Amino acid sequence: MMNNKNNFNITFYLLIVPVLIWLIFMIVIPHTELLFSSFLVEDDLGDMVFSFGNYIEFFSQKIYWLTFVKTAAYSIGVTLLAFIIAFPIAFYLTKVTSKRNAGFLMLLLLIPLWVGELVTVYGWMVLLGDHGVINHFLMWAGIIDEPLNMLYTNFSMVIGLLYMSMLFMVIPVMSTLQSMDDSLIEAACDLGASKWDIFIKIIIPYSMPGITSGAIIVFMLVIGDYLAPNLLGGKSSLWFTEQIYNSFLTTFNWNEGAAFGFLLLLLSSGIIWLALKLSGQKLEKVGS
Amino acid sequence: MGNILEIKNLSKYFDDFTAVKNVSFEVEEGGFFSILGSSGCGKTTLLRIIAGFQQESEGEVIIHGQSMKGIPPEKRPVNIVFQNLALFPMMNVRDNVAFGLKMQKLNKTEINSKINEMLERVGLLGFENKKVTDLSGGQRQRVAIARSLVMNPSILLLDEPLGALDRKLREHMKVELKLLQKEIGTTFVYITHDQSEALVMSDKVAVMHNSQFEQIDTPRNLYKNPKTAFVAGFVGDTNRFELQSLEGNSMMTQGGWKLQQPDLNSKAKELYIRPEALIINPDHGLENVDQFDVTIKTILFDGSNTKLSTTVNESNEELLISMPQNAQFEGIEEGHKLNVGIHYRDLKCF
Repeated sequence: MMNNKNNFNITFYLLIVPVLIWLIFMIVIPHTELLFSSFLVEDDLGDMVFSFGNYIEFFSQKIYWLTFVKTAAYSIGVTLLAFIIAFPIAFYLTKVTSKRNAGFLMLLLLIPLWVGELVTVYGWMVLLGDHGVINHFLMWAGIIDEPLNMLYTNFSMVIGLLYMSMLFMVIPVMSTLQSMDDSLIEAACDLGASKWDIFIKIIIPYSMPGITSGAIIVFMLVIGDYLAPNLLGGKSSLWFTEQIYNSFLTTFNWNEGAAFGFLLLLLSSGIIWLALKLSGQKLEKVGS
Repeated sequence: MGNILEIKNLSKYFDDFTAVKNVSFEVEEGGFFSILGSSGCGKTTLLRIIAGFQQESEGEVIIHGQSMKGIPPEKRPVNIVFQNLALFPMMNVRDNVAFGLKMQKLNKTEINSKINEMLERVGLLGFENKKVTDLSGGQRQRVAIARSLVMNPSILLLDEPLGALDRKLREHMKVELKLLQKEIGTTFVYITHDQSEALVMSDKVAVMHNSQFEQIDTPRNLYKNPKTAFVAGFVGDTNRFELQSLEGNSMMTQGGWKLQQPDLNSKAKELYIRPEALIINPDHGLENVDQFDVTIKTILFDGSNTKLSTTVNESNEELLISMPQNAQFEGIEEGHKLNVGIHYRDLKCF
């Protein structure tokens, strides 16, 4: 009995140590360091003193919190769009097409991930630019006379964000839909439900855990993304991550950057908490 | 009472095989009709065609004298209880049962009174707010039946709904289901591979084999007077012998056992004898009874279902004989010789 317990303990520690190392060195220590430095401000003598100055700066400068609100709003919007586009794809792949086709189509969906975000963003630049593929084609076809201004707008930024995050909505939704027995749909149909009723009352509620975990991943990826807003968004669409980047690397104010980073962490956690509350989902259930 | 459901020459072909082949039958209003067959015989396809989930290739489904051709499942006056029940896991008991009524856009008070009435009938009052995932197998069963019955269908189709339950509960639900059907008077069409379910509950049973109906009859007739070799072998326990030769009124099995039967079919190839049709120690004066000796090899004790495994003397045929558990046969032991009789009408030849 005793021996058994010891064995269990050794295995347990062997398994827990890598996790602990990762958590402590990669997450706890750097974040604690950032948290400390976010409360430090250089005083008139050039010494670092404890202060809420960095946070006060954020709330007193309109540009900062406006960017902050805009980033949050756009992230929520992109998450919704990702759901609207991804759900039919996931449904088609799991319930409509054959298994063999689904595998092939899934492979196609994965291709953008293989080449990396930077390459896909440049790909969109080639497509959407004033002299890009789309404008060129539309002008050649005679539909427009002047090139449409698509690149360096909110539109192109949203496209880039959607493109890189959509797959992370498709996969969790697919896995919940896969576990759904087709007889549920038939039963609803048998009880007189229309196609719309079946979709709204059966399919969506059933796949809610998948949708929620997909939404959390997409939202996190989008709100913390830097490349797409920076390269596709241009000047008019400032993303909060760009503010953080500017603090760290343009103005070299690391303390302010740390404070902004923490605000972003609080913001995204807050929104996810609120979304879970509103949709009645539990984080434990979503994770499984 | 008239026929509520008529199936006329129904066939269903898939690419390379026939699932249902020229099946015809009628179901009386208020009846309990079972379709009994082993898995893969086409019975589920047949049920799905009646429900409207699959299209027939040929033939017709008629409900209330009205052809169902082209009518989608949600518009047919039938409801189905699925094999895996297909309860909506994200809803509680009340919402599951209310689903169909809400689709009909009934008002709240009407829905509530109907749900309460139905839940009371299936004994689930007080469980309204439980999640269906927290219920036991038998309770889930009742929710599924209530969910379909609350729609007040002309016919309730049941696709092996007791399959997932353990033995004890299945025995219990069998009786409960039959009583429920009697009480509410809805026509049930029940699909099963379990002959005991079909025999206990049904008014009429159709035995399905290789996409076709072998026999449609009352449970008693099916058991007593099987029309085909398949039915004789499939329904109930039986002894099966292959016949070697026929001569006039006598026949001989492969193992060399000779038996007499007055109206013997000259083309018969097989002989079926029920274990309980054999009479142990018959009176010697009995008429129309063939008598012979057997030696007991072993006693297969199973309570009221106890059987003797014996060898027929002067042949090498083995014969199972039912042994009633009463005082008369207490002395019977392995190795004993026994005189056994069988009435001519209990020798079923095909």
